[in-house]
Amino acid sequence: MTVDRRQFVLTSGKYLIMTAAATRAIDFVMAGTPEAAPGYSAFDHWWAMAIDVDLCIGCGGCVRACKEENDVLLEPYFFRTWVERYHVPEGDIEHPVVDSPNGGYDGFPERYREGDGAKNFFVPKLCNHCAHSPCVQVCPVGATFESPDGVVLVDTDYCLGCRYCVQACPYGCRFIDPRTRTVNKCSLCYHRITKGLTTACCEVCPTGARMLGDLKDPSDPIHEFLRTNMVQVLKPQMATGAKVYYADLDGSVR
Amino acid sequence: MDTILAMVEGFMYPNEVELQWSILIVLYPYITGLVAGAFILASLERVFNVEAVKPTYRLALLTALAFLVVAPLPLQLHLGHPERSFQMYLTPKTDSAMAMFGFVYLWYLMGVLVLEIWLDFRRDIVLKARSSTGFVRDFYRVLALGSDNISERSLEIDDRVGRFVTILGIPSAFLLHGYVGFIFGSVKANPWWSSPLMPVVFIFSAMVSGIALVMLVYMVVSWLRSKPIDMRCLDTIAQYLLYAFIIAFSLEMLDLIHRMYEADESFKSLDFMVKSRLFTSQILIQIIFGTLLPLGLLALSQVVRMTERARKNIYATAGVLTLIGIFAMRWNVVIGGQLFSKSFLGYTVYKMDFATREGLLPAIILMVAPFFILWGLIRILPPWGIEEEPPAAADPESC
Repeated sequence: MTVDRRQFVLTSGKYLIMTAAATRAIDFVMAGTPEAAPGYSAFDHWWAMAIDVDLCIGCGGCVRACKEENDVLLEPYFFRTWVERYHVPEGDIEHPVVDSPNGGYDGFPERYREGDGAKNFFVPKLCNHCAHSPCVQVCPVGATFESPDGVVLVDTDYCLGCRYCVQACPYGCRFIDPRTRTVNKCSLCYHRITKGLTTACCEVCPTGARMLGDLKDPSDPIHEFLRTNMVQVLKPQMATGAKVYYADLDGSVR
Repeated sequence: MDTILAMVEGFMYPNEVELQWSILIVLYPYITGLVAGAFILASLERVFNVEAVKPTYRLALLTALAFLVVAPLPLQLHLGHPERSFQMYLTPKTDSAMAMFGFVYLWYLMGVLVLEIWLDFRRDIVLKARSSTGFVRDFYRVLALGSDNISERSLEIDDRVGRFVTILGIPSAFLLHGYVGFIFGSVKANPWWSSPLMPVVFIFSAMVSGIALVMLVYMVVSWLRSKPIDMRCLDTIAQYLLYAFIIAFSLEMLDLIHRMYEADESFKSLDFMVKSRLFTSQILIQIIFGTLLPLGLLALSQVVRMTERARKNIYATAGVLTLIGIFAMRWNVVIGGQLFSKSFLGYTVYKMDFATREGLLPAIILMVAPFFILWGLIRILPPWGIEEEPPAAADPESC
């Protein structure tokens, strides 16, 4: 069989293009493997967070660190984590007065006094990385998913921007980033924790009110935290399998 | 955004201040509801042999198609990345209620509506192809999909298959719109939406709006063609409208009474919202002017003997009020469900833009577009038979 130059160029060209397309297709299909970080196996971890409400002083360091670390827009309606201030008149847990100026980014201006007949405390909030996430359930294309190590993540190359997940989150943890027109939320600093670091918010917290924990690691201090404190998750009636555990959480918090 | 922040009352979670679903998402259930309702009215004649509504049978089918073609457009416009929407077909997530929309929609469009219209109009299309020349002939030949046999036997087959498709179509219409209700009703995070009654309420309100629309379109088209309105037909449609309305209203009241009696953790917050930020759209427009008034008018036409002219006026008024009322209902579901905080401690506002992607202008265009499409469809496939050309078809603006 003889092959002239023209035919050779055509045939090899076709193969070249097809190989590139196949490589691209495989990349596309295999995209979003969370354990891609070298030396990190997602199946060996089960991430959670422990928050000690009594230790939070409302300094807003976590909010600032999060925005800086994760390139979150500075406007006051885009937060991966924020801090709320509760003011609960004695016994009236149905009517707490809550505020969160700029999500606590600038700290909290003095508003309540000691001994004003009410309880005052701060509650840091973030994605609860639910084990049965309503947001993951509703995503029409699976762009948001629970990773094997228990972190709810978003594939922004896949997200349609339909906002159904924002509606489905009972905790108000999601927002649409106007720059990408896709959903954005706390990733539990996945780029850090897969390298053995803690999250930005935990890193900067001056009182240790927030603590990242690996429930699959028997030596992790989170086990003692869960054993020795009275803990609660937010909106337990939603049965979302929330994994942000609060110690000493008041019944007024929602 | 800053002005919205200033108008927030009480406490919202910071990410909640901005509304996620705009007026375009209000149009989505409204338009699919009109489709489902119009189709169900058409099916009455076909499946249950209600001779009286026959004059509107084909018109109802074309109306359903005109609106169904537009139905996905508000969703596409709303998406942050419309170019990725085909992923819903390629890699759907099977436990997502929304992922199934594409399939339900396609099934309903191609498997039911287009097929039924084609079967019903096939004889007319073939006749037109035979009697015309040039481009028109070619066009109708393409529409006929190569078929040329209009023998009695073949038309009988058309009729039988068409009847089967209609029987299949009724549950499909229920599915199409009940499913839209499920998208809202299954969001457990939102107490304003979360209710197993939601799909049922949506289906009956869809029937109400679809019947009202076809009734109005029939009246306007007859008027434009200077043809007399078949009053037996109109009276029957108005009767159906009344019955469907009674069921829809009862279901909504059941939902309301249930909420008030249970008075769960969200009740105080929602109750306050209805009495303040939703008062105009919910109490005034939806319930009083959009439901009780047309219900009263339609009931009146049933118990009091009236002249033909008076009945026509009553039906037209009731029909327009109904369409406004059902739109308000969709508005209150979609927008109302986002005005309150999931902390039940505060409220935000919805500021509608005008000439932006999700503003009022595209919404108006999307709402008017189906009438133009219907006008085109009527030109191509006149519901009153292809031989008898109408002097002028429906004026889209006046519907």
